[in-house]
This record gives sequence, C-alpha cells and structure tokens, in this order.
Amino acid sequence: MSDLLTLSAVETHIGRYHILHGVELTVPEGRTTMLLGRNGAGKTTTLRTIMGLWRASAGEIRLGEKRIEALATPDIARAGIGYVPETMAVFSDLTVRENLVLAAREGAMDQARLDWIFGFFPPLKKFWLSRAGTLSGGQKQMLSFARAFIEERKLLLIDEPTKGLAPAIIGALIDCLKEVKRRGATILLVEQNFRVAQEIGDLVGVMDNGRVVHSGAMAELAADAMLQHRLLGLSLDTHQ
Amino acid sequence: MSAQDSATDASAALPKARRDFLPLLLPVALGLAALPFIPSSSTWVTLTIAGLAMGMMIFIMASGLTLIFGLMDVLNFGHGAFIAIGAYLATLVLLPLGGWMQADSIWLNLAAVVPAVIVAMAGTAVLGLAFERVVIAPVYGQHLKQILITMGGMIVAEQILYALFGPQQIPLPLPTSLRGSFQIGEAAIEKYRVVCVVAGLVVFLSMLAILNRTRIGLLIRAGVENTEMVEALGYRITRLFVGVFMAGSALAGLGGVMWGLYREQVNAAMGGELLVLVFIVVIIGGLGSVTGCFIGALLVALATNYAGFLVPKLALVTDIALMVAVLLWRPRGLYPVTSR
Repeated sequence: MSDLLTLSAVETHIGRYHILHGVELTVPEGRTTMLLGRNGAGKTTTLRTIMGLWRASAGEIRLGEKRIEALATPDIARAGIGYVPETMAVFSDLTVRENLVLAAREGAMDQARLDWIFGFFPPLKKFWLSRAGTLSGGQKQMLSFARAFIEERKLLLIDEPTKGLAPAIIGALIDCLKEVKRRGATILLVEQNFRVAQEIGDLVGVMDNGRVVHSGAMAELAADAMLQHRLLGLSLDTHQ
Repeated sequence: MSAQDSATDASAALPKARRDFLPLLLPVALGLAALPFIPSSSTWVTLTIAGLAMGMMIFIMASGLTLIFGLMDVLNFGHGAFIAIGAYLATLVLLPLGGWMQADSIWLNLAAVVPAVIVAMAGTAVLGLAFERVVIAPVYGQHLKQILITMGGMIVAEQILYALFGPQQIPLPLPTSLRGSFQIGEAAIEKYRVVCVVAGLVVFLSMLAILNRTRIGLLIRAGVENTEMVEALGYRITRLFVGVFMAGSALAGLGGVMWGLYREQVNAAMGGELLVLVFIVVIIGGLGSVTGCFIGALLVALATNYAGFLVPKLALVTDIALMVAVLLWRPRGLYPVTSR
C-alpha cells in the first residue's frame, strides 16, 4: 500500500503566529486516516496548508510523487484533492444545483453519480432548485459532501463534518463515508467525535501543539484507554 | 427510522426560497409618491423618463464597480477615471467624424457612434487590465492602501486628461437622429433618454443572463460570497478578478460615453463628480448585487430629478438622505450578496 499524501516537517505561520511545528504525516492510498487532537492542536491548519489556503513556510507536501506545497490552491484542487471545510462553505446565493454544477469541474454532472449522492442525501434532490442559504445546517453539510463527491478525487480532505449536527444527520454522513471508503477513496478526516472516528478510521494521527504526536492504527487507539487519555484527554466512559 | 429518513423529514419543514420583491417596488412607490406634488402629469412623465434615463446611465457605470467591490473586496476610487477616459476616447473618435454625426442619415450617425463606443469600451478595458495588475494587485486585502492608491490613480488620470486636453469643456454633440423628442400627449420625451433606458435595460438583462445562466456567471456569484472556496474547487479566481475588473472598467467607459452625450460635453472632472453618485448607488444596492445596483440607480436618479424640480435647494442632499433611509431600513443595502 503506497502513501498518497506525505507531509514532511511542515511548518505554517499565520501572521506572527507559528501554528504547525514540523508536521509529519502519511496518508496511505485507499484508506481513511483520522486526524484527531484537542482544540487548537493544528488539525484544521494542517488541512488548509495541504490545500494551499495557508502557505507552508517550511517542509514538503507530496501528493503521490508530486510536490504540491508551492502550488496555488486551484492547482492543488486540480491535482485531485477534494475539500470539505469545517464551515461547509456552500454558496448560499446559489441553488443546490448550481453549487454542484461548479463542483463538477470537468463538465456535465454524471447522472449515475448524482443518483448515488441522492440515495444518501435525499434532501438535495428535494431542494435541487432551492437556494443553498435556505437549507438547514445538516443539509448544507450534505451539499458540502456532495460537492466533494460529485467527481472522482484522488484524495478527500474533510474537516469536522459532524460538528454541531443532529445524530440522525450524522448517521447519514457516516453511512455515506463508509460507502465512499468501500469504493476505495482515500480520505484524511479531522474529527472531534471519537465514536465517529472509531467507526470510520483505519489509521490515526493525533496532533498536539502543531505536531503529530502519535500515528498508528485506529483500532489500536480505540482499544487503548490509557493512550486515549494521554493523547486526547478522553475518558472511555464518556466517549465510547 | 433510518438516518436518511430523518434527514428527509427534517427537511420537510424547510422554507421555500423566498423571493424578496419589496425593493423592486421602491422606484414605483417613489414615482407614485411624487405624483401628487408635481403640477401636471406631463411634467411628471418627463421628469420620470429623465430620471429613468439618468438611472440607467448611473447603473451602467456602477454595475462594474459593485461586482469589483463584491467579488474582489476592492474599494476602487479610481473607477471614476474610467468614466472620464471612456468619454474622452469616444470624443477623440467622434470629433473627426463630426460630419457623420450631423448628417440626417441614421446609418451615418451609427457609423460614427458605434466605433466610438467600441473604442471607449476596449480602451477602458485595457486600461482596467493595466490598473488591476499594476495598482490594485499589490494591495489586495488592504483597504486603507486601496483607498489611497486608487484615489491617487484617479487624481493622476484626471491631471493627465487636463494636461492632454486642457481644462475647458469639450463639446460632444448628440448625433442628429438622437436629437429632438417624442410627443406623448402633452409630455415631451427626448429620444436620447429613451435610447439610454433601452441601453440600460439591455446591459441589466445581459448581466443577469450571464450571472445566472453561465458557468462564468456562477463563478462570479460564488466568488462574491467566498473566494477561498471557489479556489478550493479548482478555479483560478485571479483570472476571474482580472476579467471582472476589465468588464467593470469597460462598463464605466460606456457609461462615460453615454453621460458625455447626455450632457453634450466632456471634462476631466466628470469622473470624480459621478463617482460619489456611483458609490451611493453601490451602497444602497448592497455590495456585489447587480439587481440591487439597478434599483439603487433608479431610486437615486428619480429622487434627484423629483427633488431638483420640487425643492431645488434640497437636491444636493437628496441622495445622501436616500442612502441613510435605505440603510436604516436595510443596513447592508437592498440586496446584499457579500457579508463584507
């Protein structure tokens, strides 16, 4: 199994703040890698740095064999990375259809793929011609997912998809992610909800203070309460 | 019940997209409100058509600025320079063609006016490209510097026009076929004002069609909301910025030509004078909104015309009062697109 994404000694500064302090991370092809950590550990900054939305001030980011840390964001996206940001960032003034038309860069949307998305997220079909700004939070997240899935991507970066959503919606998102995984997608997923991470993740990287302080199999971390407590401050009683 | 079913059920309560028609009624309401105070209906018709024509010209000048403002977050005080430069470029084409302009043939008139408009729009578009690359690009995201440098650009452009053409007004007569008026009842409606209304509507409808029916339009609308996400979807927003800036400058140039012909003269200060109106229109309409800009332009022009007739001393403050009233009602303008 080859590594699709590799971060080596990546540093990121935002203004005068030094956020990432030499991140080392690998994301193997066809697997789902969870990026966990406390608030402010640098998870979102890591995803944004991969996307080129923050510029890496040092280090190397490779997508396959290609170095991407110096590329502009549109070129990184065109290299095959789909991004679902923490804020969802749907275009409120555009309809659901128009949001997906823009996401389908290569041309017309594939109807079979669209039907597959509708299967997981029926509200998107129902509100196809409604402005995205009128959707609920969960439906906006569905649209944000759909934008990333409307075309095949080499790698999906997904930032805290379950944040603030109702359990029923989270269930739909998890079902969708499992299916995407089953189809062989490579995913790097930031998640605060340990239960969700445990259900979806194959591998895990735990961040603290701008560094990856632990890497390994998700199952190992899930099985080791002491390690969870040490890395994440979790108590199994409350989080499992 | 599955998670998907729950999601569907939850969405059943989703409100349908609400169309906000209220601002569209404002120009009509303003016109009707002015009617009882104006002594004759023919005067009201003349004032209203004059207001609509003026509104369309201001809309053409302001529509580019609202997109630049909304999409690029750029406060371009240099926009007025493109208005004046457009008018001067057209004058340079039209002066040697004075014979065609004064001929009775509409075809000879068009043979003079159409190239003048093309030269004005193409020239201001090219200057817009240079202005964006040289002046604006280094100060993206820095509002104070944008204000200073674009205002400086405006002053420099104005002084260059003074140096090249002198401080005097340069006559720009209307072509013969656009002179005179139509008589409808007792109301006299100038032909050129009708042309302005038609031209404004064509520009407005074309912009709506482009923004709503093309991928470029979708990208502009999406970019006004969230430039970062447009880039994350793989689109080079910089190219879009340049294209919109060029189109906005070309529209300013077109507006300058129309305004010059309306006043039948051009001068170097005209851009600066119109810029205040243009900014008021953009703010009233809501940053980034073409429809808001259209309604705002009509409101400002109608209010100016009615007030100029009824209370001439108040005409100068009418636009500011209108802007204050709209912002008290809708603090982000009539149809805000961007939250900036």
